[in-house]
Amino acid sequence: MTDQATHAHVNDLEHAEHRIVTPLQYFFVYIAMLALTALTCAAAFIDLKWANAVIAVGIACTQAAIGALFFMHAAFQSRLIKLTIGAGVFMFLVMVTMTMSDYISRSWGMW
Amino acid sequence: MDSALATTDPADLHAEQEHGHVSLPQHRHHFETVEQQREAGSFGMWLFLLTEIMFFGGMFLAYLLYRNWYYPAFVVGSNQLSVRIGTFNTMVLITSGFCMAIGVWAAEVRKRSLLTAMLVTTTLLGVLFLSLKYDEYHEKYELHHIPGNNFNVSMFTNPAGYGIKEAPLPPDMAQKTQVFFFLYFAMTGMHALHMIIGLGILCWLIPRARRGDFSSGYVAPVENFALYWHFIDVVWLFLYPLLYLINRHPMH
Repeated sequence: MTDQATHAHVNDLEHAEHRIVTPLQYFFVYIAMLALTALTCAAAFIDLKWANAVIAVGIACTQAAIGALFFMHAAFQSRLIKLTIGAGVFMFLVMVTMTMSDYISRSWGMW
Repeated sequence: MDSALATTDPADLHAEQEHGHVSLPQHRHHFETVEQQREAGSFGMWLFLLTEIMFFGGMFLAYLLYRNWYYPAFVVGSNQLSVRIGTFNTMVLITSGFCMAIGVWAAEVRKRSLLTAMLVTTTLLGVLFLSLKYDEYHEKYELHHIPGNNFNVSMFTNPAGYGIKEAPLPPDMAQKTQVFFFLYFAMTGMHALHMIIGLGILCWLIPRARRGDFSSGYVAPVENFALYWHFIDVVWLFLYPLLYLINRHPMH
């Protein structure tokens, strides 16, 4: 009996309650996405040297995060799904870093 | 013995009835609850999308490397793309994503006609995006800016002759604009292919939504398709600044 009760409790923690996002919340996300698109376009026309690329990728990452969290409901999913998404993105970054460090170090000291 | 999987143990059936367990038609027997089934579905969809990140990620990595190696070629190549169409298309995709999100909400609150309307709007916006993309591809075809034997570098070695305010590139660097356009067509082409597949699935979802399949508590197909559609949007949100906006400021 105690076993069952513990089991039920664990289940509550592990399985996020299903949540319905309202149209108003979607609308705010939508406006934020459009505003960030306008911002990234405007920023590209200003000469900020190396910062241009950083800003462009930074805004794209922000948009991707907003999209994944709210449009794709990642924010309201169970820990298992959140951890899986995080692990996948982290793995991708590891692969990019490893490949780039290889290319950077190929002709080390020969430039 | 061999029919053990197909038949239900009468004792189980009896136990189920005793507990007043209401089984929804979409509830598969190997899931304990509908909620568990739904989460397993979302989990599977996310795993698929992670493989898609790796797939597109390879192309983004190639882009990153070649952009560093042949930066001048990437700049002039990028400046040949239309910021106006690119920005408009980004807005179109974000709007289609918003409609898809509203569609998921409509399915959750069981509004059949709103769901159908949103799926149709999403489809139309997807078609609008692809037709503008076709326009862009066609322009590149006419200018001989598709990599290969017919690629023409004269616009990059002699920009003044075409009325383009751009420093001329030395012939070897001008050839490297092919790398930019190759990546442009590979990345936007794969993105467009994903959209075409998405539109195909929408054409299958719309009649089912009209029939009322997804407005009686069974939203998984709409929800998982929405994940796919939003993922395509997110890929475009990276493609847009990386391909269209590399270096726009020297001209202004």
